[in-house]
Amino acid sequence: MQDSLKSSSYQQLEQKSKYTNMFLRWFLYFILILFASYFIFPLYVMVVTSLKTMEEIRQGTLLSWPSGLNLESWAVAWGGRGYGAGDTFLRPYFWNSIKMVVPAVFFSTFIGAMTGYVLTKWRFKGDQWVFLFLLFGCFIPFQAILLPMARTLGVLGISNSVVGLVLVHTVYGIPFTTLFFRNYYVSVPTELVKAARIDGAGFFKIFFKILLPISAPIIVVTVIWQFTQIWNDFLFGSTFSFGEAAPIQVALNNMVLSSTSVKEYNVDMASAIIAGIPTLIVYVLAGKYFIRGLTSGAVKG
Amino acid sequence: MKTLKIEELSKNFGSTEVLRKINLEINEGNFLVLLGPSGCGKSTLLNIIAGLETINEGNVFIDDYNVSKVEPKDRNIAMVFQSYALYPSMNVRENMIFGLKQAKTSKEKIEEQLEKVSKFLQVDQLLERKPSQLSGGQRQRVAIGRALVREPRIFLFDEPLSNLDAKLRVEMRREIKKLHQQLKTTVVYVTHDQTEAMSLGTRIAIMNHGVIQQNDTPENIYNKPSNTFVADFIGSPSMNLIKGTLKETSGEISFTASSSNIEIPIKDYEFKNKSNLNNKEVFFGIRPEHIYFKKSNESDFEINLRADLSEYIGHEQIMTFDYSNQEILAKFPSTIKIQLARETKLFFDLTQTSLFDAQTEERI
Repeated sequence: MQDSLKSSSYQQLEQKSKYTNMFLRWFLYFILILFASYFIFPLYVMVVTSLKTMEEIRQGTLLSWPSGLNLESWAVAWGGRGYGAGDTFLRPYFWNSIKMVVPAVFFSTFIGAMTGYVLTKWRFKGDQWVFLFLLFGCFIPFQAILLPMARTLGVLGISNSVVGLVLVHTVYGIPFTTLFFRNYYVSVPTELVKAARIDGAGFFKIFFKILLPISAPIIVVTVIWQFTQIWNDFLFGSTFSFGEAAPIQVALNNMVLSSTSVKEYNVDMASAIIAGIPTLIVYVLAGKYFIRGLTSGAVKG
Repeated sequence: MKTLKIEELSKNFGSTEVLRKINLEINEGNFLVLLGPSGCGKSTLLNIIAGLETINEGNVFIDDYNVSKVEPKDRNIAMVFQSYALYPSMNVRENMIFGLKQAKTSKEKIEEQLEKVSKFLQVDQLLERKPSQLSGGQRQRVAIGRALVREPRIFLFDEPLSNLDAKLRVEMRREIKKLHQQLKTTVVYVTHDQTEAMSLGTRIAIMNHGVIQQNDTPENIYNKPSNTFVADFIGSPSMNLIKGTLKETSGEISFTASSSNIEIPIKDYEFKNKSNLNNKEVFFGIRPEHIYFKKSNESDFEINLRADLSEYIGHEQIMTFDYSNQEILAKFPSTIKIQLARETKLFFDLTQTSLFDAQTEERI
């Protein structure tokens, strides 16, 4: 009697816990879906709007579907309407940005790797201070270096050019890339370097043959970081370049803000998506290494 | 000609003195173990021999040639590291021939060396593998192989076994011993493990605070420690050091522990200096394994001590006894039953004792 009573009360408890768990699970999904839609919503509006004609935009709502796959605004955003003066479109500036971002990412990553290598494996007196000052560089706001940088570019004769922007971004990126590589190389056993020295390898040989081949995770992190920073930069681009030499973010701003006639929302949206696509591609291709690289510590031989 | 000679070597990092006036000589074919607690400077000394660390004072000679300012690669040495330090991006073959390639050795010579060494170390099946695909023992072997292919004058080992698990460690220890017997090369080997040092070394240099405490054969290190540090460091459990005074009456010397009246006769002890022994404050040293349960020599000294503690460790047991308020450890086979808190009759083997000056802590 006692036993059956006990087991029935256990059954009740079991039922109760089942319902609670089910409720919590559904609640969790509800919250997750809510957040997901919140984040996806702007992108949805952008894509949908870019595919509509101006007529549809005026008549429909923000959320309504386009009548068809209308890619005209994308063509206009990329290649213009073929007017003479005053027609701003993204193509030349897109290539400006590519020409700026590729060398800037390459040089800042390479220099960061070298500096990180020296700061961890070829310790010298005062290296701690060098690292500390480099770290300061991470905290200097963009605005603070505008004037001195403009002067420097002027003296070097490369203001208002892609080369100038490459220099600016490389210099500004070195503190970050150094920080990444330094923290990565700290966990690489120094005995590797000692072994290589006994084997007769010199400074550069050790770097290129021993350390660089095992640096893939941190290179990916650095490249993504630098690419995003430089591609999305507006301040340096708008300050140190104008007209022909401007990068894509500046051109996007000019397109969207300076149109004197009717606001073409569909073209604006298409332009914004085009300007954002390269960073998206980089994330999709290397994203999983990004997390892995950020979290990976020691290189297990 | 000495294969390796170190002369008045001193090293400091900033204001911390790491090595103080080290003098060391190694003959061809010897296996020298640098043994000491962590932070005693043994690894620094090894790095200096390798040329990876600079010298503040003194000189290092290899084959009578002063190499103090010579690059590591030109010193004709090879080194095996604790973490193996195999290049992660290269396979076993590339790892092993990296040094030869740097030295611009001819292709035929490289292949010949690689084949010889990889066969010898039984890693010839692993040549195409990456270090991450090897087990601990295999990595160890490849690391040794990388040192062997260069045919160096001196092998340097920096705690090469401490990353292995206990069982593998014993195996690899025997392999290193075999290797040395077969190749008869000169070896300098750093470790903090006394068993490793005892079983491998033909000579052991015990270091503490940047000074070599004793540089001797394993037998002498064990039987005739030159000071209390060495006596205490070697052996497990370490040597009992009983505080007391010496007495000299009509040529007969005896030892009495403080606050005790038992006189232990000192007969066949080899004193370094026999003068001024009367009333000298000393430590009487006897190892736990030289205290017996049964009388085994004529000269054994019989003594009754109270057993306080028993530690059973399988094949043997370690007993703690009270000797006029000083703890004494003794090691017996675990088959012997000893009752705690009772006086037990024990025998000190007086042929195996050491005496140290209580002030200088040096052997007398």
